[in-house]
Amino acid sequence: MGKEALLEVKDLWVEVEGKEVLKGVSLTIPKGETHALFGRNGSGKTTLLMTIMGFPAYKVRHGQIIFKGEDITHLPPYERAKRGIGIMFQRPPTIRGVKLREMLKLCAKENGIKIEKLAREFGFESFLERDVNRGFSGGELKKSELLQLLIQDPELVLLDEPESGVDMENLQVIGKMIRRLLQKDIHRPRTKSGLIITHTGFILQFVPADLGYVMIDGTIYCQGNPQEIFEGIQKHGYEECISCLRRIEE
Amino acid sequence: MSEKNRRIEPRVEDFRSAKEGQIPRSVEELTPEEWARLKDVGIEPEAPKEGEFLQADARVVHCRKLPEGLELLPVTEALKKYDWLADYWWKAVPAEKDQYTKATAEDLDDGYFIRVLPGTRMIYPVQTCLYIRTPDVVQKVHNIIIVEEDAELNLITACTTHPGVRSGFHIGVSEFYVKRNGKLTFTMIHNWAEEIYVRPRTGVIVEEGGTYISTYVTLQQVASIQSMPSCRLVGPGARATFGSVVVAPEGAYLDLGALVSLEAPGTRAEIISRSVSTGGESLARGHLIGKAPEIKAHLECQGLMLSDKGAIKAIPQLDAYYANVDMSHEAAVGKIAQEEIEYLMARGLSEEEATSLIVQGFLNVRIEGLPAELQKRIDQAIALAREGL
Repeated sequence: MGKEALLEVKDLWVEVEGKEVLKGVSLTIPKGETHALFGRNGSGKTTLLMTIMGFPAYKVRHGQIIFKGEDITHLPPYERAKRGIGIMFQRPPTIRGVKLREMLKLCAKENGIKIEKLAREFGFESFLERDVNRGFSGGELKKSELLQLLIQDPELVLLDEPESGVDMENLQVIGKMIRRLLQKDIHRPRTKSGLIITHTGFILQFVPADLGYVMIDGTIYCQGNPQEIFEGIQKHGYEECISCLRRIEE
Repeated sequence: MSEKNRRIEPRVEDFRSAKEGQIPRSVEELTPEEWARLKDVGIEPEAPKEGEFLQADARVVHCRKLPEGLELLPVTEALKKYDWLADYWWKAVPAEKDQYTKATAEDLDDGYFIRVLPGTRMIYPVQTCLYIRTPDVVQKVHNIIIVEEDAELNLITACTTHPGVRSGFHIGVSEFYVKRNGKLTFTMIHNWAEEIYVRPRTGVIVEEGGTYISTYVTLQQVASIQSMPSCRLVGPGARATFGSVVVAPEGAYLDLGALVSLEAPGTRAEIISRSVSTGGESLARGHLIGKAPEIKAHLECQGLMLSDKGAIKAIPQLDAYYANVDMSHEAAVGKIAQEEIEYLMARGLSEEEATSLIVQGFLNVRIEGLPAELQKRIDQAIALAREGL
């Protein structure tokens, strides 16, 4: 204990299109920590992130989301964004006719972060005059998302499979951007926290996590050292996780 | 007139003659409120330009031009000055076309005459403004533009009303001639009032290698506008592009489109329309006629419904008379994708802010070849309209 909790999810039950997806999820992310979320497709990982961000299609049936001590369970997404939560979309939509530069200005509000400088640093300045996400490749979409987040500068970053559809070369850049976002290159105490969904675990080579979770069928089954959990999944698959936990239950 | 009657054709005799208007003698008589209104449609007194023209009701109150190769006159003066103007007068628009052209032929108020001499290419736009200053008048305008061989003209024309005028009627006959390898970029921004009726009647003839680019913008309140400019591409390689950016507020009835007749080999045409209904009715028409081989023509209509009250109707038509033509159209009408709104909300925009940004983006159509200065004026008009959405 002693670490200040930035995000607390308490016994969260969530329904999507009439189907119960999350069944009693609880987790706590302290200030400055990055947590990783593992799980099969359809296990509820994305639902958890979307619910934390507050999208209306994700209906909270029970439980609470506490951010910086405030109950935000029923706040709309923009109120959560204002309080310091940011999300990286896995498949962001195209916003036709709106230049990326204009979008970044809106993300920045008036926080003084230099759009040009950041874009140049990550080799993305030629995209500033293009429509948001229009015709972007997989890697470019990820960079666009991360650039928006870097400028939005949230305290809690929710990353949904940041490495999917990205080639090795771009993975380096994306890793670098996430490191920046989560202050991995600065001395403690860090103030930024993250929750990362990953399938491949590749991203953890660039962005070390402090704690890992395995989600199975809408519930967090175990938590522990993210590297160990990931290696276990790689060797034995999620079946082993289930049986392992069943053994604990017995 | 009640909303129900908006589709009924306005009658010239229901309005007073613009000649009875309270017409100023010079622009100095215009009030700061009037200037603010003119600025909204892109009339920038300080912006660099090659020529200026302002007609209030029936009288030309300001007419000034800079370069040698440009002629800019009230059309009534040009008719006296040039006998040869008869070769262009009612030649691209028939005087007998309808009751409005007939009324204009019988009793003309005025209009502009612009001629760009051969080889003259101008950097800055020429700015014209047709302004209704007096309530309940019918303004009957007849404009002529002649862009001679290898010449180029960028025209921005703004039409608006006095801030105190709610009701009126504007008839604008325009005949444009683009000679061999000439280029005319015509950008029209309208800003009317609740009970204003508007009937532009435009005919364009483009010769070999010539280019005509038209952009029409109306984003504010109006009773009804009906316009279907007709453009003939008569020489090989001639090109025409018609873009329209339209918002139909509640109570407005907008019937807008373009017809391009491709009459020579290698001609190309494009019609692009973006319309948003916030409760009004918008008809987006497009008619492309392939009368020669090896032509290419495309029509694109996109509509965004922001309310269940109004209507958007996309009415594309393609006529082909040769096997070797490339003609296509695409049309889509729908609402804003929820996914896009939520995406922007996650970045900190409220639902209203997200919606208005998406609408602005939707209207932000880029017309190929449109000069930056004109694009800037259009962007300003859209940004202004966004505040009111």
